[in-house]
Amino acid sequence: MAVVIEVNELTKRYGSKTAVDGLSFTVRPGRVTGFLGPNGAGKSTTLRMILGLDAPTTGTATVSGVPFHRHPRGLRHVGALLDAGQVHGGRSAAAHLSALARSNGIPRRRVGEVLQEVGLAEVANRRIGGFSLGMKQRLGIATALLGDPPVLMFDEPVNGMDPEGVLWVRRLFRRLAHEGRTVFLSSHLMSEMENTADDLVVIGRGRLVAAEPLRDFAARGTGRSVVVATPQAAELAAVLTAAGASVEPEGSAGAEKLAVTGLPADRIGALALRNGIRLDELTTRTASLEAAFMELTADSVEYLAGQHR
Amino acid sequence: MTAPTTTLTSLPSVAGAPAARFRDLLAAEWIKMRSLRSTAWTIALTIVFVVGSAAVATLTDSAAKDSGPAGFLPYDAFPPAGYWTLILVAGCAGALTVVSEYSSGLIRTTTVAVPARGSVVLAKAAVTAAVWTVAGAVAATGSLLVSQAVLGGHHGGVPVTHPGVFRALAASALLAPVCALVGLGLGVLLRHAAATMVTSVFTLLMLPTMFSESNRWSADIKHALVSAAWKRLVETWEPDPGSLAYTATITGSWTVYALWPLATVALAVLVVRRRDV
Repeated sequence: MAVVIEVNELTKRYGSKTAVDGLSFTVRPGRVTGFLGPNGAGKSTTLRMILGLDAPTTGTATVSGVPFHRHPRGLRHVGALLDAGQVHGGRSAAAHLSALARSNGIPRRRVGEVLQEVGLAEVANRRIGGFSLGMKQRLGIATALLGDPPVLMFDEPVNGMDPEGVLWVRRLFRRLAHEGRTVFLSSHLMSEMENTADDLVVIGRGRLVAAEPLRDFAARGTGRSVVVATPQAAELAAVLTAAGASVEPEGSAGAEKLAVTGLPADRIGALALRNGIRLDELTTRTASLEAAFMELTADSVEYLAGQHR
Repeated sequence: MTAPTTTLTSLPSVAGAPAARFRDLLAAEWIKMRSLRSTAWTIALTIVFVVGSAAVATLTDSAAKDSGPAGFLPYDAFPPAGYWTLILVAGCAGALTVVSEYSSGLIRTTTVAVPARGSVVLAKAAVTAAVWTVAGAVAATGSLLVSQAVLGGHHGGVPVTHPGVFRALAASALLAPVCALVGLGLGVLLRHAAATMVTSVFTLLMLPTMFSESNRWSADIKHALVSAAWKRLVETWEPDPGSLAYTATITGSWTVYALWPLATVALAVLVVRRRDV
């Protein structure tokens, strides 16, 4: 599959502070790619460099093979929502979009269409200053859609949105990817990715932590564990340890639980039965994306030693 | 997965899209300018104030009512109080067209839409210059007409064909776009609202008052500044040969009018290309 966004050894230093450090990854069309990292990991800086707003200290970032800043007009190539607040509060939504459309030679009717699409048609002529954050996010998405671009980039698009809005955004991103577009979506919320992304690019402290399909990423985190509740905790722990599992006590006194790794639930049940131990609960816990994320970014620098891609 | 219904129609592919045209940028900046309610209000109030100041200056000029020299009469149409206000407002309004984009972050939205940053600055400059030339022309013409109407009542009117009167009219009209462009250029260079306002007011209004015309070097500096150039251009009389003060030349003053906006906007275009947005 063609590579659309290509980031190669990208580095950005501000004085002595390195915001992005030798970052390389690719983003492909027809998929939603999540761009994930804790706050301050360098996501926004990277997006700004891809969009040609900030010049990299070293390295390159290209969109469809060309540095984005080489395009005289951008909206038909890339649609981007960086920060919903990047608007003038004194203008109406329609005027804001009209000016942008006009600057790129995009027909006027498109303004009405994107406002309809994001559900702001009724407030088109109201001043943006009175919009809620969720409405501004919708306006930012409308801006990104204005040029019908093959590549879309969104920085934290669901901030301030109500649940209905979040659901709508998810469906929209899926649809845009389904249409063959490249959708690159930054977030510090793992849960958002879990429901939307096909691929993940994870960074921590400006460096690459992982770039792979979401499924593979989740599997890299904490392995499967089984939670067992029993009144005979000490007894069961001894049996399971003897069988080669590792056991961690969990829960509170009186309602003790064991977190077991290294044995599947059916084997634990069979061992308990053979030893006459009563089980109140037996649950397999799959590693959540959140856990994988926390684990991998906890000390991204150490993790990265010798792992440069 | 089924694709949900959408209201969007697709645009022609990038290859089939119209070429990037500078006049589209002009149109876009014009939409931005007129879609802010403050633009019309600011311009209207400024014109009213400038014309009003001309009326007051003429009414209170007792010499005009008697038989003062005809050469001084058109000068009443362009009183410093009114035109320093015009300098202040035009300079700040010009600065705001860019500073408001920097302070809100809109500049990033704009730059993603139009990565050719220099073109954006030039389009903003062109629209700002056009709008303030019209505003300046209305204010200056209004000033002259009101002043002449007052003087006419005392049979002291001077036709626009009187030597120097048209020059004074043109210089006063062009003062607005000159200052607006200087403000715009400074706005791009400094980006911060307060810093830009203070710098604009300082260079356009305060700096000339620091220098007297009694020394050659001091007069040279003063004459290189915009408001001093305007002052020279609205003087319809020739300098008194017996005066000890150095007087700026007419050509020199027009050159100052041209160089300040050219230099600040050119510097702005140069800097905006190299700097992170």
